[in-house]
Amino acid sequence: MSETSKIREWYLSLFKDFENRLNGERSKPLHKIRRSAIDRFAELDFPNLHQEEWRFTDISPILEHSFSYAARRDDKAPSAKDVSRFMFGGMRSHTIVFVNGFYSAALSKCLQLPGNLAIGSLAEAMKTDDGQISGHISKQLDLGTDAFTALNTAFTLDGAYINVPDGAVVEDPVHILFISTGDEKLISQPRNLVITGDNSQVRFIEHYASLRTGVYFTNSVTEIEVGRNSMVDAVKVQSESAEAYHVASTVSSIGADGNYESHAVSNGARIYRHNIDVRLNGEGGNTTLEGLYLTLGEQLSDTHSLIDHAAPHCTSGEHYKGILDGKSRAVFNGKIMVRKGAQKTNSYQENRNIILSSEAKVDTKPQLEIFADDVKCSHGATVGQLSGESMFYLRSRGIGEEQAKLILIYAFASDVLKNIREDAVRSELEYVLSTRFLKGM
Amino acid sequence: MLEIRNLHASIEAKEILRGIDLKVNVGEVHAIMGPNGSGKSTLANVLAGRPEYQVTAGEVIYEGKDLLAMAPEIRAREGVFLAFQYPVELPGVNNTTFLRAALNEAHKHRNQPEVSAGAFLAMLKKKIQLVEMPDTLLNRAVNEGFSGGEKKRNEILQMAVLEPRLAILDETDSGLDIDALRIVAGGVNKLRSKDNAIIVVTHYQRLLNYIVPDFVHVLYNGKIVKSGDKELALELEERGYDWAKDEEVAAR
Repeated sequence: MSETSKIREWYLSLFKDFENRLNGERSKPLHKIRRSAIDRFAELDFPNLHQEEWRFTDISPILEHSFSYAARRDDKAPSAKDVSRFMFGGMRSHTIVFVNGFYSAALSKCLQLPGNLAIGSLAEAMKTDDGQISGHISKQLDLGTDAFTALNTAFTLDGAYINVPDGAVVEDPVHILFISTGDEKLISQPRNLVITGDNSQVRFIEHYASLRTGVYFTNSVTEIEVGRNSMVDAVKVQSESAEAYHVASTVSSIGADGNYESHAVSNGARIYRHNIDVRLNGEGGNTTLEGLYLTLGEQLSDTHSLIDHAAPHCTSGEHYKGILDGKSRAVFNGKIMVRKGAQKTNSYQENRNIILSSEAKVDTKPQLEIFADDVKCSHGATVGQLSGESMFYLRSRGIGEEQAKLILIYAFASDVLKNIREDAVRSELEYVLSTRFLKGM
Repeated sequence: MLEIRNLHASIEAKEILRGIDLKVNVGEVHAIMGPNGSGKSTLANVLAGRPEYQVTAGEVIYEGKDLLAMAPEIRAREGVFLAFQYPVELPGVNNTTFLRAALNEAHKHRNQPEVSAGAFLAMLKKKIQLVEMPDTLLNRAVNEGFSGGEKKRNEILQMAVLEPRLAILDETDSGLDIDALRIVAGGVNKLRSKDNAIIVVTHYQRLLNYIVPDFVHVLYNGKIVKSGDKELALELEERGYDWAKDEEVAAR
């Protein structure tokens, strides 16, 4: 048996255990989705370097481990004090905390909400579901895309659930914190669902972090439905342990005049793959995808985005930046699809990278598929070093070499960070930036 | 204050400076003139420590210290300032923050207390009047989207803030219209004092109508071929650089 089929067998057996523990849950509509996902998973190969969408990202190290689930009741469960360092200082928010993928009621805290608004754990919400919620699971997802998405879907149990009805506005941001304890060989597969009705608004921060360093695996899927004329602002902070693996798919569909903003900042994980798919389904929709990836050592960061213009008069902007050090690698693949009939599409894409070492490497690729004739699309990509000219200018004014470097890195990153609305999140990320690059001074 | 002895410098193995000797005393303004490619900008940049240039021979003594042994930032903190011929745009770096960081580096170096943001702003408000710069430029990124004249004024503003002992102006006049030239020169004149020295590197005599030098040196082919007072600049304007070059050849 080959290594990959061995690991597939492992996950299939893990599913049997999982299923056995579901009891009554098995009769619910959601379980049909799980079953079809595990069947799909059984047929799929894990991604490999021969596949176009994965040709720069070798995920085989993830397949070398037999990851399993943490025990739900864990004596070593972190305390509020343990997780306090992951709270963004001074930020008023609804806070939903998951430990190794399981909702922690003790660590979570939601501010007062109107009764028809839901912010909390998917598993909790599912207890009383007879199809209204599960009808949204995998609604926009193609399970055949890859084995990781199918695997996550098969194990759908818990994650963040946000449901904002027509006309409702969630004033405070929702902080969704996924804490891994960092214990060896654990897997967590959060499944997040964000649904907004028409004319509604919500901001959330999807935040991954670890208590201790260790080899663990986060395989997450986030589905977002943006209603007509609604606004969803999503920040993703991926600060996993540098030895961990993180594979994620974020799939959004945007109704007419809806607006979806995504700000993805990452500095963690040994292998990080983020698939971000946005479908503009109604006229006048808009999306802005921004990202900043910081890599060093042997880290690999891969962002694969797809912006699908399926309706006319939509706009999209994508702006990703990377700062690479050590022997790290980054991949950026930005696909923009403009379907027939999606006239007056206006779209731009930009990917800029700074390489601080001689051994780091970036593979960046725009992919435009345009089937409409009245559209504006632009794209650009650069890979370079810190400008020697700028360095000398700063130094000639008395600013030391290391400080000058930091100023230029800050400046490079700042136009991505500046659009993050929450001040506390932004300053935390700026702090991450400064500690990372002040090191070695 | 500054003594350059037999300075040789090259870039990419090509020798540009071929033995410069120059002495600048405190309170003096020296103009260095010369045709394109004579080594004027190289001299300015070597003094500021631009890493692309290699000094192959000679020495530079500044305030009794070996200037060439210092990193560019140390030279700046010791009071050397280069106004760039082509000021660099720094997108994302706020002009005010940048200026304050630069000043505080110099203060730290001299064991002076750091300047608070409030005190700095008050000081900056006064200094920008020297260069007649709109204060909207202070909140922009350094030089980003500035016009040519605004960039040069921003250089002089930096000089006004940092109060260097030795300022080197590298073709600060090039590309400026007469109004901008008057403003820039006016700013420099207000900063001129008996406690500092200025080296004005220029291609054109025009600037020296506004910044009147005590000494004029003609640089040709990497060497100073002629030195004199401000009259020399006028003579050059009239007779061209070939005249100075020919005199040098004749003197050999």
